[in-house]
Parts: sequence; C-alpha cells; structure tokens
Amino acid sequence: MLHTKKWLPYLYIAPCILFMLLFVYYPIVENLRFSFYEFSAFSPEKTYIGFENFLNLFKDEVFYIALKNNIWYAVISILCQVMGGLILAAILEDPITRLVSSMFRTIFFIPVVISITVIALLFTFIYNPDIGILNGFLSLIGMEEHARAWLGESETAIFAVIAVSQWQSIGYIMMLFIVSIQNIPRELYEAAEMDGAGRIRKFLSVTVTQVREMFFVASLITLTGAFTVFNEPYILTGGGPGNASEVLGTLLYNSAFFKDQMGYASAVATVILVLSLIFSLIQLRLFKSGEDG
Amino acid sequence: METSKAAVPFQALPVSKKRTSRRNLIGGTPIYTILLIYFIAIAYPLFWMVVSSFKSTEEIFTNSWALPKEWMWSNYVEAWNTGISGYFVNSLLVTSITCFLTVLISALGAYGLARFDFKAKKFLLVFCMGGMMLSPQVSLVPLYKLIQSMGIHDTYWAMILPYVAYRIPITILLIRASFLEVSKELEEAAYLDGCNSWTIFTKIFVPMNIPIMMTSVVLTAYFTWNEFMFALIFVDSDALKTIPAGLMQFRDALATNWGVLMAGLMISALPIIMLFLCMQKYFVRGLASGSVKG
Repeated sequence: MLHTKKWLPYLYIAPCILFMLLFVYYPIVENLRFSFYEFSAFSPEKTYIGFENFLNLFKDEVFYIALKNNIWYAVISILCQVMGGLILAAILEDPITRLVSSMFRTIFFIPVVISITVIALLFTFIYNPDIGILNGFLSLIGMEEHARAWLGESETAIFAVIAVSQWQSIGYIMMLFIVSIQNIPRELYEAAEMDGAGRIRKFLSVTVTQVREMFFVASLITLTGAFTVFNEPYILTGGGPGNASEVLGTLLYNSAFFKDQMGYASAVATVILVLSLIFSLIQLRLFKSGEDG
Repeated sequence: METSKAAVPFQALPVSKKRTSRRNLIGGTPIYTILLIYFIAIAYPLFWMVVSSFKSTEEIFTNSWALPKEWMWSNYVEAWNTGISGYFVNSLLVTSITCFLTVLISALGAYGLARFDFKAKKFLLVFCMGGMMLSPQVSLVPLYKLIQSMGIHDTYWAMILPYVAYRIPITILLIRASFLEVSKELEEAAYLDGCNSWTIFTKIFVPMNIPIMMTSVVLTAYFTWNEFMFALIFVDSDALKTIPAGLMQFRDALATNWGVLMAGLMISALPIIMLFLCMQKYFVRGLASGSVKG
C-alpha cells in the first residue's frame, strides 16, 4: 500500500459518496419522512398527519388488490423463472445438446436485452383481440373458445402482464444458472453415472444440490423484482381495467403523479422498501449460511 | 460468495466434450421438444415484429401470419421521421454521458477502496455496495422533489445524475474486484520511479483493467438505453425524451399506423441487440458477477 497523506483515499472516493448520498440515501430517508406528511407535487408546503397515510393505505381496497397481484407476480415468477430457468439451463448444459446450445442460449437471452417498452408494446399486439397472434394461435389449434381480450378483461389482465415479464426474464435467470452449472466439477456427474444414475436422477441429485446457492440468489432477485415491478403493468394496462392489474408500483405512480397525493405515494414506497429490505436480509442470511456450510 | 465465483467469461467456457453414451441418448426426444417449444415461444414474437415492421397496417390486419407481399422499407423512414430520430439522439447522448460518468467515478472510487488503507474503508465499502439493495421505485417521490429543487427537472441531467448514482454500486463492485488483482510490486516499482497515486491510477490501473471497464460500459449502456421509469417521470418535454419513454408518445401519435410503430420498435431494439451480440462475453460476465438485474 502507498504511504501517502491521510485524506488522499477520501478524495478518490468523494464523488461516489456524493452521488450515493444525494441520489440514493437521502431520498430513502426523505421518503420515510414524507410518508407522515400530506403534500402536493408543486407546492413547498407540507402538513404533518402522523400515521394517517398508512391507515388510509391499509383501508384502501386497491392496496390489497395490488398486494395480491404482487404476490401472484412473485409466485409465478419463482415457478417460471427460477424453476423454468434452471431446467432450461440444465438442458443447455447437457452433453446431448452441445451442438446447438450456444445458439439457443444466445436466442433465449435476446428478450433480456430488449427494452421493456418495446416488448410491452409488441405484446399489446400479440394480445390484441382482433389481430393478435395469441388468439390466432388458439383458433389454429382449435381452441378458439378460449380466445379473449387478454388485457381488457379483469380476470386475465394481471396474468397476461405477468406472462410478458416471464417471457422477458426467464433467459436472464437461465444464464445465471448456466454459469453456475459450468462451475460444477465434472467428476460429480461421472460418479453419478457410475452409480447408474439416469439424466433426471443426475439433475436432481447433482445439478440441483450443487446450484443451491444460485437458487437462493435467483429466487431473491425474482422476489424483489416481483414486488417492485412497474414498467410492464404501467405500459400494458396502466393498472386496469378498473384496478384489476394494479401493483404496488403503479399504485405508487398513480397516487403521486395522477392524484397528486405525494405523501400517500411515499407511504406505498415505504411498504415496498420494507418488503424489499426483508428479502435482502434473508438473502444476506442465506449467503452467510452458505459460506459456513 | 457465489457471485464472484460466477465471474467467468461465458463464451470462453468449453462446452462439455464428453462422449454421448447410448444411455444418454434415451430421453433426448423430450429434451428437444422442450427446447423447440421454448424456442418458438421466444423467437416467433420477435420474428413477427420483424415481419410486421415491413407491412402496411391493412396487411397486418388481414394477413397477420403471412410474409409481407411487398417489403415496405418506407415504414422505417416514416418511423424515423415521426420522432424516433429525436428519441434516438437523446438516448445516445444520455447513454454516453451516463456511461462515461459512471465508469469514471466508479473507477476512482474503486481505486480508493482497493489500494489504500484507511479507517473508514470497511464502512465506505458497505456504504457504496448497499445501494444495490435499494430499488429506485422506493425513492421516486423524494427524487422527483430533489430534481425539482435542483432546477434540473426536464433536462438531460434529471436522467443522467440518478442513473449514475444507481449504477455506481455494481460498477464499483466489478472494478474493485479487478483492481485488487493488480500486483503490489508493480505499484511499488512505479512509486519508486516517481509516480504519484494519480499517475499510478492513470498509467497502471486504468490501462491494465480495460476489459472490466468494457464490461461496466456495456452494462451501464444496457441499463441506460432501456430505463423507463425515471425517463417517464423526470422529463416532460417530448424533445428530451429517450427511446423507452418516447415510444409511448410515438404510439399515441401514430394511433393505428401499426407497420410504422413496429418499425419504430425495431429501430429502438436493434442497437442494444447488436451491442449484445458483439459483446456477449462482457455482457454475460458482468451480469453474472453482479447477479443484479439492471
């Protein structure tokens, strides 16, 4: 290490600290404070109202619709992205697919890099009741009775939105698992083979146990993503029809920039913060236990 | 930590060379079936977007499955002239400035955290990394207020400055890990040769760590090019909007001119797809070692 003046390292780190303080930490603290006030976007005056924002929030039925939708988001994302991503990764790392695997993993990853606006607008066409290829596909396989206005009906809207997120994100989690599977010692597979294990047996007893840690990481990434989601519901349905596909993210946005209830929006943000901090703490815990084990 | 283990160049990894035994061939059919179905599910919508971008609205309506009768390149020209060109330039500007600032500031910070011993080092490391756990949604209202009071609402800076702040944690994480690998002897030798800490940074650390800087640039570009929420809320003027937010306006402006809208989507998606295909190695390494979605 260099022997220099004491303040020198701080000088190098100062810009980082400045940015983080101003745009990351200060707003978090402010948000907590804001959630106890009532105020509007364009006026400097704020009225302290104690816990009223939270009380109103917990009485608001839209909040529970949003929470329920976020929970659906989480459950489906865990199933599709984490389970599905792991299965796809295992398939692409199986010797049997080695000739095609690099092409497939590139293609499967492409949705991840495309902007969510592009994908969401594309899917408004795919779900379109008149020209959409989803309904077209259903009538092609003789299931036209299931064709419907996917985004326009309150029973299907949130699931249609969730499906778009899965379509985009499975490739990302798959890639994390691929990297993780490539780090598994080959001997473990060979040993399992000597014991007469078939493909599924090898997947369950070697792959799944060896990628356990990535499994937790991936689950927590998807969980946090599921509770902070905003873009897909906002672009695809705007939370509608009615409030059927509202999530906490759109509730926050609508309260703040549509109804101009900034304090109420801050309270929603605080709930999101608390939820995501809980997940992060679980993540840290699991990391620690993984290192010990 | 799992995440650092994963920092292996993705493409560079050898595909398993093991001979396929007869036993392994059994079960091949279901595997290929799954692969094929998923392939269609991913590729067909993308293919449909490409094909539809060359069709007239009427043709999308009447014949949404077929190839275009006449490939309408004019859709692309019209999309470009209806506003995409402006959004495109804004995106380029915002993305390049954000990448430059993020990597510069993070490299400086990483240098400070990797190569010096000082009291608050541990704390500052956690301070910088901690930002990774906080999602921007949570700070939306105060950030909006902050940007208003700084007087930068509805300027490029309203996007750039928060973007840089939210990209710093992951970028520092990546660059610091790479800086830690630089040998101490080299640094001591340069020191004896009369270099000071700044020239050691610019002449040794930066040139020796170009690959990780590339990874950081690619990841930051990916994030910035696609970011939607801040771009939607912190900027009002259509003239300053980046592609993700601009596309919403573009859709409303076009109403039912769907072929042109599809062409607009294509123009918006292509640069980042190209970047990904050309720099896959940097891309995947960075995403994997951060394990944090952009």
